[in-house]
Amino acid sequence: MEDKSKETRRKFLDTGLKVGLATALGGAALTQFKEGFASEGDTGAKMQLMTTDGTLIEVDASQVEENLASHMERDPREGFENTKFVMVVDLAKCENALACQRSCNKHHYITGENAWLKVYNMQDNETSSPYWMPTMCQHCDKPACVTVCPVDATFKRKDGLVLIDNERCIGCRFCMAACPYSTRVFNWSEPQQQFEMNMEMVDHLHSPEYAGMPSKMGTVDKCDFCPHQTAKGELPHCVTACPNGVFYFGNKYEDTVTNGNETVRLSKLLEKNSGYRLFEDLGTEPSVYYLPPKDRITPFEDGLENYNEFESVEKPGEPVENADNPEAS
Amino acid sequence: MSRFEQLIQDLGPRKFSLKGKLWMALLIVISVAGIAAYVDQLIRGQEVTNMRDYVLWGFYISNFVFFVATSFVAAIVVAVLRLTNNEWRRPFVRLAEIVAVACIIMAGITIMIDMARPDRILNLFVHARLQSPITWDVIIIPTFMAVSILLLYFPMLPDLAILRDHYRDKHPRLSKIYGIFALKWQWTKQQLRLQQKSIQIVVLLIIPLGLILESIDAYLFSTTYRVGWDSSNFAPYFISGAMVSGLGTLVALVYVVRKNKKLENYITDYHFEKIGRLLVLALMIYIYFNINEYLVPLFTSKEAESEHLNTLLVGDYAVPFWLVTIGGLVLPALLLLFKRLRKPRPMFYISLLVVLGSYWKRYLIVTPTLLHPYLPIQGVPESWRHYFPSLHEWAITGATLAMALLIITLLVRYVPVISIDRLAEEEGLEEAKHKEAAA
Repeated sequence: MEDKSKETRRKFLDTGLKVGLATALGGAALTQFKEGFASEGDTGAKMQLMTTDGTLIEVDASQVEENLASHMERDPREGFENTKFVMVVDLAKCENALACQRSCNKHHYITGENAWLKVYNMQDNETSSPYWMPTMCQHCDKPACVTVCPVDATFKRKDGLVLIDNERCIGCRFCMAACPYSTRVFNWSEPQQQFEMNMEMVDHLHSPEYAGMPSKMGTVDKCDFCPHQTAKGELPHCVTACPNGVFYFGNKYEDTVTNGNETVRLSKLLEKNSGYRLFEDLGTEPSVYYLPPKDRITPFEDGLENYNEFESVEKPGEPVENADNPEAS
Repeated sequence: MSRFEQLIQDLGPRKFSLKGKLWMALLIVISVAGIAAYVDQLIRGQEVTNMRDYVLWGFYISNFVFFVATSFVAAIVVAVLRLTNNEWRRPFVRLAEIVAVACIIMAGITIMIDMARPDRILNLFVHARLQSPITWDVIIIPTFMAVSILLLYFPMLPDLAILRDHYRDKHPRLSKIYGIFALKWQWTKQQLRLQQKSIQIVVLLIIPLGLILESIDAYLFSTTYRVGWDSSNFAPYFISGAMVSGLGTLVALVYVVRKNKKLENYITDYHFEKIGRLLVLALMIYIYFNINEYLVPLFTSKEAESEHLNTLLVGDYAVPFWLVTIGGLVLPALLLLFKRLRKPRPMFYISLLVVLGSYWKRYLIVTPTLLHPYLPIQGVPESWRHYFPSLHEWAITGATLAMALLIITLLVRYVPVISIDRLAEEEGLEEAKHKEAAA
């Protein structure tokens, strides 16, 4: 009796599983079928495209769209192919104009009291001369922040970027405690961001690839190296805003970096100027290189008039300091 | 009245006196105020705290560390007393387990208060990453909580049955409730064997779990690149500190319970003298680890570490640092060396010093380090260079402490603080049912 009931149950399970499997397969096949139809729908329209070796080819317009779509759907956790983003900061050219900071604040809609890009007033010891040092997220290859994140909200991509998914962040701030560069910023209250489009659209566009768009209360923000700019073929906001070409940005695999005015070999630039990285001894392997403040283009003191020890984000409505500064964008 | 009746009357549940009722009311008021402050924090965000991007952890975290440390008392009392079969442990065991349960529950709640997005708490499970010390905490805290609750519960079964039987006629409803928790306990051979086995398992579990819990708590700090935190000394430093705060809290509680329940015949000078010695030992070990943590590094500290040590030893935090170190650590250790002072009343005051010291010690571990990042603090409001808890933080933290005391008070009110069953057996009373079952 008992055996029999077991048998029936097994039979029921068996049939159930089979039916389930069939349904799943059928569904998948149907979807496939539909998609096949869609791509076969030849619109007749042709498009001319240039291949990588420079020859023109003609393809069907529908295929172009498909390619574009797959490009748009780049997994924000995976990153760009064959790329390792690097930045070089030439301290010799920095005069604390702060155009980088203003541009970063503006384009990332930063409304807190701590900018993601900061220009530090540095002096290593009493005898050595002071200098201005812009810092942003160092996008470390061994990021301390990523190691300690309990939920994978901050992650490292294969193109070298360290980004934050602020839809997942639980606000424990462990990453901020772990970061030796003090680069991470917390949204202690509801960010007072203003967008030209409405909030719903912003939320729809939201991606870890565009930090601050929008920022969320109780989550961490930081410099993202502007992959939303790279995707458009443009340079990060700080790079283009700088009047002196302090920032070079590029792909390490191509050994090329550019500050918008000149494009140079990364290795040559580092070799010629004795490039270094911050806190090399910690072993975090940053992606940002610094060139020492040798043969400065302007005296250090010139930057002092822009220097505000207690402010890095101008409040809206506040009189903009140095508004007549030609470097201000 | 028979001796057995006497035991039940002395140790069993007793209605709150007026003082007790006022105490409960005070705790409830503080808790409710804290809950209101927390709701406000949920709505407005953690801007209601005085934490900012540099001091990104504050009062909540040091409070959490205190709770975790104090819950270690279950492991010490069990390790040192139960396993070595020290007969003087009796009046301390159950109260230690009560403290541990209250503290580990509040530790779990406190760490969630510090989370800015408690609405996303499930992410800790859905997206858990094993390499993060927070995930280790997510695993160890509920585990320790479960085991410490069982450690309180298993040995209590016969007492619950005694109360069930005792109230059968006088107070049927109470009897029913005790009956539910007593799990049909009848002192049968099988039950006793099962209970002994179960106790043995949780007793053996609580020691490694306690050590792991305190270590993970230390790893939350020592896995970061922060000067003053990334110390390989940190896990044993935290374990020895936990012994101090756990035993200090236990002594203070035992004194208060003894006084209020008039248990002078059960918890005697002898017991205080014994646990006083244990507390001295704990204090000495902790002083030793403090020397390793703050004095020895002076010889080879790098620039950043020197600056940090200077802040503590002679700088901005020197006054609280030395108050805590001398008042909460060295002085109690010295005083307790004298046998004359290992008496209930002086020990109560000394243990209060120890607990206060332990509490602020954690504050001094968390905050000063955060004020010394590698890069200078620039470009942020001047107020971000200092930290003192805001009114919200005080209210919420006060509420967590009040809730811990509330749990302790309620358990002390309804549960025999010393095992009646054991005492009856030791004294060979005829009501003791162990013997006949064992026979």
